[in-house]
Amino acid sequence: MSDTAKSGPVLAADGTPLKRSLARALRMQKMRALMLIAPLLIFVLVTFILPIADMLFRSVENQIVSDTLPRTVVALEDWDATSGETPGEAVFKAMAADLQEAAAAKIHTRVGSRLNYETPGISSLFRKAGRKVKKWDVEGDGPFKEMFLEVDDGWGDPDVWRTIQTYSPRLTNGYFLNAADMQKGPDGPEMRPENERIYWVLFQRTLFMSLVITASCILLGYPVAWILANLPSRTANLLMILVLLPFWTSLLVRTSAWKVMLQQQGVINDTLVWLGLVADDARLVMINNQFGTIVAMTHILLPFMILPMYSVMQTINPSYLRAAKSLGATNWTAFWRVYFPQSVPGIGAGSILVFILAIGYYITPELVGGTKGVFISNRIAFHISSSLNWGLAAALGTILLVVVLILYWAYDKIVGIDNVKLG
Amino acid sequence: MANKTSNDAFVEFERVQKSYDGETLVVKDLNLTMPKGEFLTMLGPSGSGKTTCLMMLAGFETATHGDIRLDGVSINNIPPHKRGIGMVFQNYALFPHMTIAENLSFPLEVRKMGKSEREEKVKRALDMVEMGSFGGRRPAQLSGGQQQRVALARALVFEPELVLMDEPLGALDKQLREKMQFEITHLAHELGITTVYVTHDQTEALTMSDRVAVFDDGRIQQLAPPDELYEQPQNSFVAQFIGENNTLEGVIKDIKDGRALVQLDGGELIDCKPINVSKPGERTRVSIRPERVEYNKDRLQEGVHTLKAEVLEFIYMGDIFRTRLRVAGNEDFIIKTRNAPDQVRLQPGQQIEIGWLPDDCRALDA
Repeated sequence: MSDTAKSGPVLAADGTPLKRSLARALRMQKMRALMLIAPLLIFVLVTFILPIADMLFRSVENQIVSDTLPRTVVALEDWDATSGETPGEAVFKAMAADLQEAAAAKIHTRVGSRLNYETPGISSLFRKAGRKVKKWDVEGDGPFKEMFLEVDDGWGDPDVWRTIQTYSPRLTNGYFLNAADMQKGPDGPEMRPENERIYWVLFQRTLFMSLVITASCILLGYPVAWILANLPSRTANLLMILVLLPFWTSLLVRTSAWKVMLQQQGVINDTLVWLGLVADDARLVMINNQFGTIVAMTHILLPFMILPMYSVMQTINPSYLRAAKSLGATNWTAFWRVYFPQSVPGIGAGSILVFILAIGYYITPELVGGTKGVFISNRIAFHISSSLNWGLAAALGTILLVVVLILYWAYDKIVGIDNVKLG
Repeated sequence: MANKTSNDAFVEFERVQKSYDGETLVVKDLNLTMPKGEFLTMLGPSGSGKTTCLMMLAGFETATHGDIRLDGVSINNIPPHKRGIGMVFQNYALFPHMTIAENLSFPLEVRKMGKSEREEKVKRALDMVEMGSFGGRRPAQLSGGQQQRVALARALVFEPELVLMDEPLGALDKQLREKMQFEITHLAHELGITTVYVTHDQTEALTMSDRVAVFDDGRIQQLAPPDELYEQPQNSFVAQFIGENNTLEGVIKDIKDGRALVQLDGGELIDCKPINVSKPGERTRVSIRPERVEYNKDRLQEGVHTLKAEVLEFIYMGDIFRTRLRVAGNEDFIIKTRNAPDQVRLQPGQQIEIGWLPDDCRALDA
């Protein structure tokens, strides 16, 4: 043993270093293992990782301006946006040439709507100009500045040109600034006026409500998991069906059931009125607000909290509690000092599951959230399917992803990720 | 125990019964008195009620009927944490999220003891079980035997007067178990603590205890010091359960002068000591220890009945020889002889005659 340390690497029987011959021997095994997981790996790569990467890339991608308006972008390079003056004839000439080409290919409205995200109104300028510019002779006609102003006065606004200039690079941070309620001012990024800050509020609300939902899931789920774990396994399995029952019901049905329960003419209000606890003309507003969203989502996500807590608690031997009591601890001390610390991994696993599910939840807030109870995901969905501002949606999604990763990292620092058990 | 008075009773069970389902009794009419400082073992097969008794004493189960007293005070309604009884569990139940020192410190903390006093007591308790350098480790980093020692130290660190042990050595290998048996008895006697020890291992019970209570069917079948238990079993369950035992079945022919004449089912006559048989005509099960059977004619008493036997098997076991015989139709009749230079090694097929002192052959209930 000791002489190998002196004489360098250990050699196999045929004289090759042992490490190398071990690696060779294991290579075949590794290849075989890789082949086994290859189908899944490729499937995940193609259907999940690549689309997500592509989507995230859209949050900084901005090729459309320089691709559609190449001459204008070059001509605008010399223009000083801070001067407050409209650019010169050269820029307008370049724009006319670009627009004519774009209009022929019918893509001028796309760049219009892209720039419209940044400065509302540009879209219509491009649409109108696109219609006229087809008849212009780019070489012979002129001056183009007047011709553009004739189409629409808006072309004389330096802000329009500044927007074009700002968004001419192929990559942009504009979507991210937008997602963070900021805009590009003359002096670099600045906060939007307070009444226009919508995403910050939404992010805050999403985080806050996810935390509240996670906390209420812990409070409601812990006793249930405790009882399940301490019952004889026959009874526990029977009760487990009740916990799992929601999984067999469609999410839409469950959410709609909450609508029936919580609305002003709903079951709960009717009962309260019938009991005389609430006046008929002062029925409680429990839906289309944060309360409704929290109640419905707590109910829907509760099984995700109970299951990991249950499986962790099942592994805690009841003799620990007995031992603590025999050592002189009261019921509470025995629970708090001995049982609870051992159940923390279950709480951790459940909380991470519930919190991450909650932070990206869409259907339930959409149905019962009204305007005050919607999440950031609803806004992302709006930009994906209604406003078609995919770049902004991607930026919001990226921020959400980063926030989750930061929280995950913080959890790892505080509790330790190895302190999470699913059973 | 000659001068035993009622003051000596430290632990008392009086007419204790326990039922879990309201239909069957797990513990039936248990009466038991233990003086201070005694090491008492509850021995019995699983389901005999011994662990239930321990749990009732610890306070984790309530007696359905009867009174349990500790130092003269009825503890039926005192919760476990106020009983001040140390307990060692079968699986040790060391708290996995605490270090060894924290585990030991726990009972002192809940008693609101000061930090320096705590540290001192923890150190002393760990030194006592020779685990002084392991204070900073976690239970999972220790071997089974080490965990066992720590569990013992934790049960003793708050200086209880009564310590309960529920099959604490069950998970250890044979060698370690024997070592720990010795250490636990020493420690218990040294510290003068009263110990109730539950096990299903009869060797453990015999080697460790001052007295052994043999449980079966919810009752104490016999409560006696180990030697008495082994040599003078009071009924056939105890005779069968403790140690190896040969049984022959028959009918009492005659009882007089402390001797019983038994006619075996094959017709042979033997002399026995009547234990719990009273009148001729009663069926009986006769019990003889393998090492008390004699086949050397010169050493047999004059005039006692002997039995013919055929040697079926000879097993060499090192320190002893174990020979299986056919006696009166029983093919599992064992005799054990010491491996000595002058000892005869019986050969299979050999016909011999065996006998014993009438006192060693006990006529018990059938």
